[in-house]
Amino acid sequence: MANINVNGISHQLDVEGNTPLLWVLREEIGLTGTKFGCGIAQCGACTVHVNGQAIRSCSVPVSSVEGKQITTIEGLSSDSKHPVQQAWLTEQVPQCGYCQSGQIMATVAYLKTNPNPTDADIDANLTNICRCGTYERLRRAVHRAAALMRT
Amino acid sequence: MMTDMTLSRRQFVATALTAGGGFALGIGIIAPAEAATLSVRPWNDDTTRYPGEINAWVVIQPDDTVIIRYGRAEMGQGSFTTLPQILAEELECDWALVKPEYASANRNFTENKVYGSLSTGGSRAVRETGELVQQAGASARERLIAAAAKRWNVPNTECQAAMSRITHKPTGRNFRFGELAVEAAAIKLDKEPALKRPDQYKFIGRRLARLDVPLKINGSAKYGIDLEVPGMVRAAILKCPVFGGTVKSVDESAIAGRRGVLQVVKLKDAVAVVADRTFRAQSALNALKIEWEVGAAGTTNSVQFRKAYLDALDQKGAEARQDGNVDAAMRTAAKVVEATYDVPIIAHAPMEPLNAIAHVQADRVDVWVGTQNADAALTFAAQASGMKPENIYIHNTFSGGGFGRRLGPDEVAQAVAVSKAVGKPVKLVWTREEEIRQGRYRTQAAIRFKAGFAADGTPIALDMRNSAGSANPGAVKDGVDAQTMQGLINTAYKLPNFRVISILKNTHVPLGPWRAPGHSQNVFFMESFIDEMAYAARKDPVEFRRELLAHRPDFRQVIDLLVEKGDWGKPMPRGSGRGVAVHESYDSIVGMIAEVAVRNGEVKVERVVIACDCGTVVNPRGVETQLEGGMIYGLSAALFGEITIKDGRVEQGNFDTYPVVRLKDAPKTEVYISPTPGKRWGGIGEPGATMIQPAVTNAIFAATGRRLRSLPIRGQDLSGGV
Repeated sequence: MANINVNGISHQLDVEGNTPLLWVLREEIGLTGTKFGCGIAQCGACTVHVNGQAIRSCSVPVSSVEGKQITTIEGLSSDSKHPVQQAWLTEQVPQCGYCQSGQIMATVAYLKTNPNPTDADIDANLTNICRCGTYERLRRAVHRAAALMRT
Repeated sequence: MMTDMTLSRRQFVATALTAGGGFALGIGIIAPAEAATLSVRPWNDDTTRYPGEINAWVVIQPDDTVIIRYGRAEMGQGSFTTLPQILAEELECDWALVKPEYASANRNFTENKVYGSLSTGGSRAVRETGELVQQAGASARERLIAAAAKRWNVPNTECQAAMSRITHKPTGRNFRFGELAVEAAAIKLDKEPALKRPDQYKFIGRRLARLDVPLKINGSAKYGIDLEVPGMVRAAILKCPVFGGTVKSVDESAIAGRRGVLQVVKLKDAVAVVADRTFRAQSALNALKIEWEVGAAGTTNSVQFRKAYLDALDQKGAEARQDGNVDAAMRTAAKVVEATYDVPIIAHAPMEPLNAIAHVQADRVDVWVGTQNADAALTFAAQASGMKPENIYIHNTFSGGGFGRRLGPDEVAQAVAVSKAVGKPVKLVWTREEEIRQGRYRTQAAIRFKAGFAADGTPIALDMRNSAGSANPGAVKDGVDAQTMQGLINTAYKLPNFRVISILKNTHVPLGPWRAPGHSQNVFFMESFIDEMAYAARKDPVEFRRELLAHRPDFRQVIDLLVEKGDWGKPMPRGSGRGVAVHESYDSIVGMIAEVAVRNGEVKVERVVIACDCGTVVNPRGVETQLEGGMIYGLSAALFGEITIKDGRVEQGNFDTYPVVRLKDAPKTEVYISPTPGKRWGGIGEPGATMIQPAVTNAIFAATGRRLRSLPIRGQDLSGGV
């Protein structure tokens, strides 16, 4: 059994403790916005927040996040109005979009630690993979989101 | 029976939409007010026929909703917005009422290719389907006009369509499209209406927001991997790691009694574990002891392959193109320059690993899959199930990237085979390792160039011998696969004496189209060697290219724009350099300038400037994003891309051993469009992936004096020049 809190809702789940959080979110709770990309914490498509920090949920056993606050893309806002989502919309970042939940979650967590990043900061700290190559727009969207959040 | 099942499926779709919860409902709120809307599940049940279906592409519902069918894949390239945009231009409908959905592969089969080809490759969504949907939109508009004219008993010419209404101009009376659709559907036109002239476009050319973006910032867009169907079980699969090998034996004892594991399915060349959960299926599969029959291919490796492709350059080969007389010209040359280039195998690595849900039933097969080629998915499902093609229903979903890998739907055949074996709907999900190790790879290739110059430095002959594989041996004609030769036989450069020899060579490694197939490696070869020729002729690389393109005035404006925006010729710091590449492909002319800095043997691509003429621009932002993204995709290949074979199998397995470009590697990028209006609808999804490779290596040469004739760049010695 695992007791986890996702987007403010508590779930009691009958799963093995070593099940990666990713698969618990997707298959036990039905939150499919968090994606499977690599399974070894390389790509970041599965990024969610645990107590506000970005983690790669494919490589985190569910047993290790019991009692913590987990936030997924679905819990970021109820209306897509989070400044990072709005910046993504304005800059039209997504192409295939598969990595973008993870990109957005990574950005939200990062901007809390650095509300006014330079390009170099962004490049060094946002390490999720996008195969469509949306990086140019993504970088612009991070700056836009940071500006929105400062106002 | 059929009706019940259809009904239940429709109920499933309907309930699933609301079961998606708040995020599905939120979409309408966040979309810009003027925008059309796209469902998170943009397909129907394939069997419902709407009375307001004016033609296969256009349905108008009584409430004026305009369903526009989309006959390609959406894997990120954006044409789920672009093609409806083209159709709406002719239909004269209100964009806010448009609701695109996937065209049915089943109908495409049973109704004699009513949607043309559903295959999404060759940058041809707009290039090929553009005119088809223009005609469909114009035809639907004229039928609506005719239906209104009939009701009013007035000539058609007195009626006009605009913003989803038909108006009788003399009286101002009007009908909504939704009031006329059923009658319009019954009307037969004497002849198909003429299409608008490009100068009449008011919707084509607009920087419309993409319809799928609102679904892709909140996790609501449904990819194949996200879907559930009632009664579904989940499967993990391992195919013989040596291509062409088969299953010899499976020892299931290690997984006996494992929770959730339902069945081990042995296919000829693969083993699948079926379970109630993906993680349980994957874990059990990892614990199985499988013996494979691998044959002679099990002793091969990349060192042998590389040597074999280079050695093959001495074989006779087939003449793929000859202008003038290369041998005679070469004998008169005052100076001859030679160079040999080669590239390794590379994989596609789309973000979403391949997956499919298949449900084999007594009288039909349903497949839910994000595929680049729903027609092929239908064929593969028919073969794997033994069912007739007319009983196969492919429900295409959003794809998490394709880049060519999703053109050969191996995952569909596997999912169908496993569903058939277990008698249930099965969701099959590949691991990343399976995706890297069971690719349809870009071919290994080598080329030897020889250029002859007159005493004054004028190039008089260019000769090349290329060894590479064919991804489609059935298409080989007289020893030449035209796709393998793309970018060589159809180069825009003109020399009086020009020859391409093709030496086709395949190994046991399966090949497939990789974004801009043929061009992808051949433009690296050609644009690198053209650069070498420029230096040999002591000419500026841009000026040298201009001379070889003097017969093509359409290149001039692209090169002019590129030179201006890309600061060509301006000084750069020591250790930095600019490289250029230009090429025409998919009816688009694209040029790139890359700026690189080489410090301590490390390459940093700092800035890339792209100029393009793709003819008619449907959506400028679509062109920009595709060129930006294609460039990054090609940059991954240039910097890092390499699949190696040992003991017949792929050594890499994930992004740790098959690295790709991340933000830190991504240059500042600028795109400039210099369109030539007219009939040409140039493709834009692929060209970006080709030119970046030589633009970067040419820039490295400018920065260091070191000419890279192999890829990837990573691991090569860049210290000091040669």
